[in-house]
Amino acid sequence: MPVTEIPKPADKEVAAQAHPAIDIQKVTKSFGPQRVLDGVSFEVRRGETLAVLGRSGTGKSVLLRIIVGLQKPDSGAALILGTNMAEADDASIAAARTQMGFLFQHAALYDSLTVEENVAFPLVHHRQDMSQSEKKDRVRDLLHEVGLDGHLNKMPSNISGGMQKRVGLARALALDPVILLLDEPTAGLDPISSGEIDELILKLQQEHQMASIVVTHDMVSARTIATRIALMDKGRVLIEGSFEDLKHSDEKFVTQFLHRDL
Amino acid sequence: MSSTPQVKPLTPVAPDVTAPPGLIVAFLDWFGEFGIFFWRVLRSGVTPPYEFAEFFRQLDEVGSKSLPLVAAAGGAIGVVLALEARSSLVRFGAKSLLPATVVFAVVTEMGPILTGLIVSGRVGAGIGAELSAMRVTEQIDAIEASAVDPYKLLAATRILACIVALPLLTLAASACGVFMGWVTATLIEPISLVHFINTGFQGAGFKDLLPPTFKTSVYGLIIGSIACFTGMRAKGGAEGVGRAATTSVVLSSLFVILADVILVKIILLLFP
Repeated sequence: MPVTEIPKPADKEVAAQAHPAIDIQKVTKSFGPQRVLDGVSFEVRRGETLAVLGRSGTGKSVLLRIIVGLQKPDSGAALILGTNMAEADDASIAAARTQMGFLFQHAALYDSLTVEENVAFPLVHHRQDMSQSEKKDRVRDLLHEVGLDGHLNKMPSNISGGMQKRVGLARALALDPVILLLDEPTAGLDPISSGEIDELILKLQQEHQMASIVVTHDMVSARTIATRIALMDKGRVLIEGSFEDLKHSDEKFVTQFLHRDL
Repeated sequence: MSSTPQVKPLTPVAPDVTAPPGLIVAFLDWFGEFGIFFWRVLRSGVTPPYEFAEFFRQLDEVGSKSLPLVAAAGGAIGVVLALEARSSLVRFGAKSLLPATVVFAVVTEMGPILTGLIVSGRVGAGIGAELSAMRVTEQIDAIEASAVDPYKLLAATRILACIVALPLLTLAASACGVFMGWVTATLIEPISLVHFINTGFQGAGFKDLLPPTFKTSVYGLIIGSIACFTGMRAKGGAEGVGRAATTSVVLSSLFVILADVILVKIILLLFP
């Protein structure tokens, strides 16, 4: 894989305005006989946060993996800033990934690296133009932004689940991405920690104006951070719109989903 | 007139030869996947940028940290060889051949194969467990999502570290084996170290020293490749991690032994 070039900020701005940052077009995906995504389509622009909700096992996480190119759809297109992740070559996929930040469900921190080294990982591999002290400063700024000053030398196994999520968020933001993908950011956290993570995501979104997708089954979290909600069932987007649109829907599944979570 | 009922002759049923046994399919499937994996690692490993920092870190893990165990094992083999060989040689009135017996046995075969099997156990299990744990906790996915090639960062560095470290560890094992062979011999019947070494290496040539040592690079390639392959394709949580570690050790040990058989023959053909 050749050295990837990080697009300059001006290039990113032009690219972002020309078309939606994320454009999913009729994506389908099956695992054996089970179809987990069945013609899913939606767009997300910069400054928007789309919450994708649904029951467990409805393909929400698979959707994120397709967007970041970890899996290929059986059909359809996943256009990320104009690059179709389903068909692009390795170099194009790598270039697109440098403009995305991904927070995995369990943070997926590298357990042989310290907190500081984890957050610095994308900078070490993609910002050879930055000096060591500049990278250190950037890491400190990112950890300050997520409220984790003073934990630089700790190992991931020595911090709480909530702190791991914050480190994961800091790492996802290291390259100043245009797109932010969050897979169940509040999963496994207590209500207070969940609320703190929600507030942090909201603050970061307001500051960085990214195109964000949050996969969750936490309706309260979705109401807090999302500008739009897409509710999935049996691999399809059943309804997409604001929380008010969902409240006024007469679809039985939507009603059941809302009332269970509220 | 009554008609005799026609009896159809029995038609022999041929066995279905189009469906090979499941074990053969699984075997071929494994080799196919391994081939694809190895090609990806090779392609990533030769393409810049290179992960020098990770390579040196792995060289320390594989080499430096295996040294005490390999040296101890080499020393033990030297002791055993000296005791067993002396007992046999005395019976045939050839105890003067003891130094050469110990040196040739350790340097040409025992040192290399022992090093290969010990590293296969320690490093094979370690790499298999580490990478499988990274796989099941999505760390490898996170590396890939960060636009970093996991085949280059994780696999190529470890395989290259094994290839470089094995000959160095073999030299250490052989040195300890020869030294402890001398210690054992001299405790029974005093002989100077200089005399032991001179007598032991008398008549030894290039083919007795370097090819057997550097064949362990092939062992390193086998151990590193199999351990990385089984680790990076692991599934199934803690059970998957355990299975990956065990499979890594078993398969790398088996293939190291098979490779030894083939490499010994090749060395004898190339250096008659």
